[in-house]
Amino acid sequence: MTAVPHVARALRWYVRQLTGESKWDDYVAECSAFGDPPMSRREFERRRDHEREHSASARCC
Amino acid sequence: MSAKGMAVWGLVALAGAVCWTVLALSRGEEVSALWILFAALSSYAIAYRFYARFIAYRVLGVDDSRATPAERFDNGRDFDVTHRHVLFGHHFAAIAGAGPLIGPVLAAQMGYLPGTVWIIVGVIFAGAVQDMVVLFFSMRRDGKSLGQMVREEIGVVGGIAALIAVFAIMIIILAVLALVVVNALSESPWGVFSITLTVPIALFMGFYLRHLRPGRVSEVTAIGVGLLLLAIIGGGYVDQLGLAEALTLSKEQLTIGLIIYGFVASILPVWMLLTPRDYLSTFMKIGVILLLAVGLVLAKPSLQNEAVTEFALEGTGPVFAGKLFPFVFITIACGALSGFHALIASGTTPKMVAKESQVRMIGYGGMLMESFVAISALIAASVIDPGLYFAFNSPAGATGAEAGAAAEFIAGLGFTVTPDQLTAAAAAVEEETLISRTGGAPTLAYGMSQIFSQAFGGGLAAFWYHFAIMFEALFILTAVDAGTRVGRFMLQDTIGNFWPKYADLSWKPASWSASAIVVGLWGYMLYVGVTDPLGGINQLFPLFGIANQLLAAIALTLCVTLLIKHGKVKWAWVPGVGLVWDLVTTMTASYQKVFSHNPKIGYFTQRSTYADALDKGELLAPATSVKQMEQVVFNSTVNGTLQSLFALLVLVVVINAFFIWFKAVRAGGLPTTEVPWQESHIVAPSDFLATAEEKEAQREWESGQRGVEVGGSR
Repeated sequence: MTAVPHVARALRWYVRQLTGESKWDDYVAECSAFGDPPMSRREFERRRDHEREHSASARCC
Repeated sequence: MSAKGMAVWGLVALAGAVCWTVLALSRGEEVSALWILFAALSSYAIAYRFYARFIAYRVLGVDDSRATPAERFDNGRDFDVTHRHVLFGHHFAAIAGAGPLIGPVLAAQMGYLPGTVWIIVGVIFAGAVQDMVVLFFSMRRDGKSLGQMVREEIGVVGGIAALIAVFAIMIIILAVLALVVVNALSESPWGVFSITLTVPIALFMGFYLRHLRPGRVSEVTAIGVGLLLLAIIGGGYVDQLGLAEALTLSKEQLTIGLIIYGFVASILPVWMLLTPRDYLSTFMKIGVILLLAVGLVLAKPSLQNEAVTEFALEGTGPVFAGKLFPFVFITIACGALSGFHALIASGTTPKMVAKESQVRMIGYGGMLMESFVAISALIAASVIDPGLYFAFNSPAGATGAEAGAAAEFIAGLGFTVTPDQLTAAAAAVEEETLISRTGGAPTLAYGMSQIFSQAFGGGLAAFWYHFAIMFEALFILTAVDAGTRVGRFMLQDTIGNFWPKYADLSWKPASWSASAIVVGLWGYMLYVGVTDPLGGINQLFPLFGIANQLLAAIALTLCVTLLIKHGKVKWAWVPGVGLVWDLVTTMTASYQKVFSHNPKIGYFTQRSTYADALDKGELLAPATSVKQMEQVVFNSTVNGTLQSLFALLVLVVVINAFFIWFKAVRAGGLPTTEVPWQESHIVAPSDFLATAEEKEAQREWESGQRGVEVGGSR
């Protein structure tokens, strides 16, 4: 295994984690583990938007 | 520690000692900026390895067999077990913004040495300690906020004082940050063009994520960053586009624009503007820091600033008044010690920590990283010729905002700069003028453009200048958006205690009116700063720094209180060192700002000086009209009153805590609101790099987990 694809994969993983993009993957994996049909991605992201709307996270100076 | 470990740390210590010695002994010769950089890095490494470890394991007693709130409540929302590297990124993006970039630039008026020493020593013994300890105690209380902990652990009186202080301090911080943006963008069509475009870019990203391709954050962020760079490049063509005149805005126009923007942004759904802008801001933050570190190492600039200027000793500097002690310690808040971090270290971050021992890398490590940003900013300001530096940063009332008069004023300060040099500096970055562009952002941008041009070549000074202005403004606007929302939530929550309906976050009349109040408050302070004849930064920045440090005093008081209540009075000195120093500097600064007989320092003496002159019908420079005289009188009254209020509120908290300390020491400890121990089932490494044993343990645990999740079918 060469270093470049390894670093690229790690970087991709990090970015997806940091932005919360990977939450969808976790959700899908969880659904399939329990054998539940997942909701649509659109619906899932709407819910996350709704949660963000009702929580405040401060950004410092 | 192994022999190899000892040898490595011995070398790090030696490298640090050499760098510090060079910095301490060099006078009047060319000093490379890299000495500062490496003095900082080796000091951070040693502090992290030894002091932070000692605090985590001996003082706090982190316990990895104990389940964190993220593990116990794991709901995939606010409580969420997060990979330590990811949480480090989150936490860092939340604590660091424009603050560590601005304070050090202003403090460079005292020379590079005082700022360097305070940033490095301050972060090691105060700032990073505060962040880690607050994070730990909040984590042990399921992520309670600072205000809540003060109320429950210190007392109701202290709690109410802390709540008012937090709110008032936030307003000041938002106003001063907004003032920095106004000063950076006024009379700068290129800057206005690029920053204005960030709004449609963020709106587009929001629309994309909501309607086109939900959830594809990395691709839309890549598009957004690309568009952002185009917006900066495009700004260089405002003349050709015929927009230059329309986008040359005065400070008053920008103020009104920002206030309207702030209100609209805070009532729009977050998916439209706030969330996408936050993605942009986060990636710009990380990118810029990497770029700056690489740029500094490649450019190896030498310091033009003096080690310690005479302003440090005389207190007569034009950027802000007052001597080294106490004013360096309040001018540089973010990067050395920042109370605002306590609001983030309690609340959001503690609910995501996977393992208790990770508070060290996230709390202490995150703050060291911010300190590194501050050091880079200090270097960027110190590679600028001092004559230029003072011309950029002295208020317009002093320089006359014109090259000839400015050169004369600078000569009076004891530095040399010709009017041609001033014009050439502005032309190099394609700005109308750089004289009296106070607030730190233009100076930093100028220093950065110098470093980047040197490091990467290509004659792109103007691009780099506007690149730097853009990200500073982006950080600040993100902080203003988010801060306004936090302020709105606090207000709704507080008023909700008396009128429950008002606390309903989805009730429009409440959320709109609360937003309007918050925006109105910081907007008003911003207006006060923008129109101040004495220079808004000169007048308001000390208030901002003191406010932030007073918030730190509250946070550190809480840390001391909790250690004593937990029966660890022998370790109370750990946050206590930072607390005592912080109280000494901020209370001295507050005292001087309120009671000093020097009208340049004391707000009330300033007030009476101008009021007396007004009564006699005289005009005092730099005021040029009766209206400006009245403005000075009014502003200094407002500033002085706020200053006294902040200091009093903090004293109330500290005195309240003092009684608790007394009681707790006598009883050998007191019960606290810490949640009881529950066993942890998660396995995760503690530090940035996992040890071989940790990796092995994690692999074993993960393979066991997989078996459980699919019901043992595999």
